[in-house]
Amino acid sequence: MASHRDLPAGLVDHLFRNTGSSSFTEFVSSYAPELLPQRDQVLATPIGDQVPHATTIVAATFAGGVVMAGDRRATSGNIISQRDVEKVFRADEYSCMGIAGTASTGIEFARLFRVELEHYEKLEGLGMSVKGKANRLATMIRGNLAMAMQGLVVVPLFAAYDPDKDEGRIFSYDVAGGPYERERFDAIGSGSIFARGSLKKLYRDGASADDMAMTLIQALYDAADDDSATGGPDVTRKIWPIVAVIDADGFRRLSEEQISGYVDQMLAARLISPDGPIAPLR
Amino acid sequence: MPFGYASPEQIMRDKADYARKGIARGRSVVVLQYVDGLLFVAPNPSRALHKISEIYDRIGFAAVGRYNEFEELRRGGIRYADINGFTYDRTDVTGRGLANLYASNLGRIFTESIKSLEVEVVIAEVGETPESDAIYRLTFDGSVFDEHGFAAMGGQAEAVVNRLKERYRESMSLADALEVALSALTEPGGERPPVGQLEVAVLDRNREHRKFLRLTGARLERLLGQSSATTTPETPPSTPLETPPSDAPPPTGPEGPVDDGSSPL
Repeated sequence: MASHRDLPAGLVDHLFRNTGSSSFTEFVSSYAPELLPQRDQVLATPIGDQVPHATTIVAATFAGGVVMAGDRRATSGNIISQRDVEKVFRADEYSCMGIAGTASTGIEFARLFRVELEHYEKLEGLGMSVKGKANRLATMIRGNLAMAMQGLVVVPLFAAYDPDKDEGRIFSYDVAGGPYERERFDAIGSGSIFARGSLKKLYRDGASADDMAMTLIQALYDAADDDSATGGPDVTRKIWPIVAVIDADGFRRLSEEQISGYVDQMLAARLISPDGPIAPLR
Repeated sequence: MPFGYASPEQIMRDKADYARKGIARGRSVVVLQYVDGLLFVAPNPSRALHKISEIYDRIGFAAVGRYNEFEELRRGGIRYADINGFTYDRTDVTGRGLANLYASNLGRIFTESIKSLEVEVVIAEVGETPESDAIYRLTFDGSVFDEHGFAAMGGQAEAVVNRLKERYRESMSLADALEVALSALTEPGGERPPVGQLEVAVLDRNREHRKFLRLTGARLERLLGQSSATTTPETPPSTPLETPPSDAPPPTGPEGPVDDGSSPL
């Protein structure tokens, strides 16, 4: 009957006396900074190539929301270290983030960011604004700059439904923070240049959520086609990209069946035309 | 500094009386089980100052008494839950752990401080099945009561509990549970609080991720219209209602007007 004995001495006092901001990160750093990512230690040698890296994430807005998709490959140097890694994370009811770069740091970011948003929402009795969420994420990335210089780079892509505007919004970041709001679509990770090129041709204003999910799957395929660190759909193992949709109804991940349906459709078309759909020239 | 001598027994009794008097000034709050989880109902004219809140994925909080005091408890509970969930795993945050935290904190304040907290708190946790739902009621002195089916606290708690006992059944629909809660909160022949002055929330085991959901506006009105007429004949119970204890004011009881529903506390 005493599960809180696990907590450091003096915490019970701290819990009830703290009257600072509604930020979880700030509260934790004031009493147990060791729980947060170690931001100031310096590594003897950069180990960037030895830890798993997550690669391509794409996101695009549609009428009334936003879709995000990520491939499933994690690589350590030239080795494929995992085939079914998840890189798209639900942050709260109306937002999600995808990570590219050092997988471990990215996953830690995603966990912390989720708690950060929920903590604020519960304490304030009100959700954070979209811009507020994007800024919080920027602060976390800025805090990781020293580690990024050591090779542990993590760059997220943030997508949210903005209830005030009834539209999806996308923010991308550099290693020093950001955030940069993107119109229509964006991609991050090693395959992003190819994905972005693909999206440029395939994006349609006012598309439906389903069409935009298909567009992102096409873009991920194009990224996997040209980038060795990005995984394509794994047909033999039935490992499909993760696709998340956020609109006025909240966050939802498309089901395996739905995604495999899109992938089958795409692969059938690619057997005829390997480079995928062609945008009209005029 | 106090003059003369008062026995520890007397001091504790005075503190308890003081706290009871403070809590009795507020209106009651009800927590009860329904088929898909747990329902929280509080008459509360304020839209911003909540008596009911989410603590964690499966854990809700309800309180009566002094707002600033239970608000501090609520915030402390959220910090505790978020830290534990972040340090270990989200499934490692339990209602029992929170109840213990609150009990030790309330008990310490009751014994060590001059003034005890004038609050009563319910920590409710929704499980995978109705059998694993848990309702912990905590009083100002740190006592913990593991309630089954329902709990009520606040000014008219005893009368409300009696009315709940009469009408509560297992595995009620949400609309029926709400109807039961409202009739328990309303004195026989009394007028029900209007929809705008109700704070209603659920912990719904069928929801994804976070189970807590506030019911407001049209959704709540629809629900109020749905309750099957079979559950509540509008006849007052035949047994005489018990009046809340301690009509005689304790020597150190706080002065103040009796709650008329206009204040959120």
